Amino acid sequence: MTGLNLNTLVRQAHEKNDYDALLSLIPYAKLIGIECLRLGDDMVFRLPANKDNIGNPTLPALHGGVIAGFMEHAAMLHLLMFMGIPHLPKIIDFSIDYLRAGHYRDTYAQCQVWRQGRRVANVAITAWQTSQSEPIATARAHFKVDEP
Amino acid sequence: MTDNPVLERAQRFLAALRHCQVLGLSVHEAKPQGLTLRLPYSTQIIGNPESGVIHGGAITTLMDTTCGISTVCVLPEFEICPTLDLRIDYMRPAAPHKDVYGFAECYRVTENIIFTRGYAYQDNPDEPIAHVVGAFMRMGKPTDLKAGAKGGA
Repeated sequence: MTGLNLNTLVRQAHEKNDYDALLSLIPYAKLIGIECLRLGDDMVFRLPANKDNIGNPTLPALHGGVIAGFMEHAAMLHLLMFMGIPHLPKIIDFSIDYLRAGHYRDTYAQCQVWRQGRRVANVAITAWQTSQSEPIATARAHFKVDEP
Repeated sequence: MTDNPVLERAQRFLAALRHCQVLGLSVHEAKPQGLTLRLPYSTQIIGNPESGVIHGGAITTLMDTTCGISTVCVLPEFEICPTLDLRIDYMRPAAPHKDVYGFAECYRVTENIIFTRGYAYQDNPDEPIAHVVGAFMRMGKPTDLKAGAKGGA
């Protein structure tokens, strides 16, 4: 990321508590509609209910791929916001366990960085709808975080 | 009616999934041995605005859908099969401005679980951009579900 100054964008977002500029940078995040909620020192990501994100029409349920994409992007944003990474992390692998149906309603995600090395970061992501203690999915991802 | 029942069922399945219509997914090839879907390149699924490379989430949706619908290749009748888990390993970044194809096959079918595997590629299936494995739960035919449901819709 040479042309974009991500560090500046992240700093301004934290200062103004307004993450729109950071979110609208990535077309895919805009497509599915990711939002950020700052709660003290924590960051919670929200995916508002959106008909275009539905997979199974009979339940109706969110597409599992959208839930995964939301969680992957939440992990990427979390690394950018808290780990001082000056460029977009690159995904190495991603593994998700679906625990409950993701209903057609708002979905939330929170991230935990278990390890950040010089080159690779390991992030765990939990997604829930009604209650954080009843996650709809857990995932973990490795990202390449050194210079591209 | 087509003389390829797997293709016809795969297309019907895909058409019902709204987010897949948003992404423009289509059935590229459907055979008893496996299923290939196509994800057209589009600026709305870009994950890196500098390089134009598409977001991993769009690839995950392509591969979750391909693995899930590949169950029609092995099941005699339509069954609802939610994803239990899915793992994607990225071999190389996708090239921008090119469509992505997803192939998946069911390599083990049990009474309760279907094990699938596949890969995503652009020009050459021998140079995949990602490898995928996923397990799917067999919930039975929609009619079995209704008969087994206690109350509820």
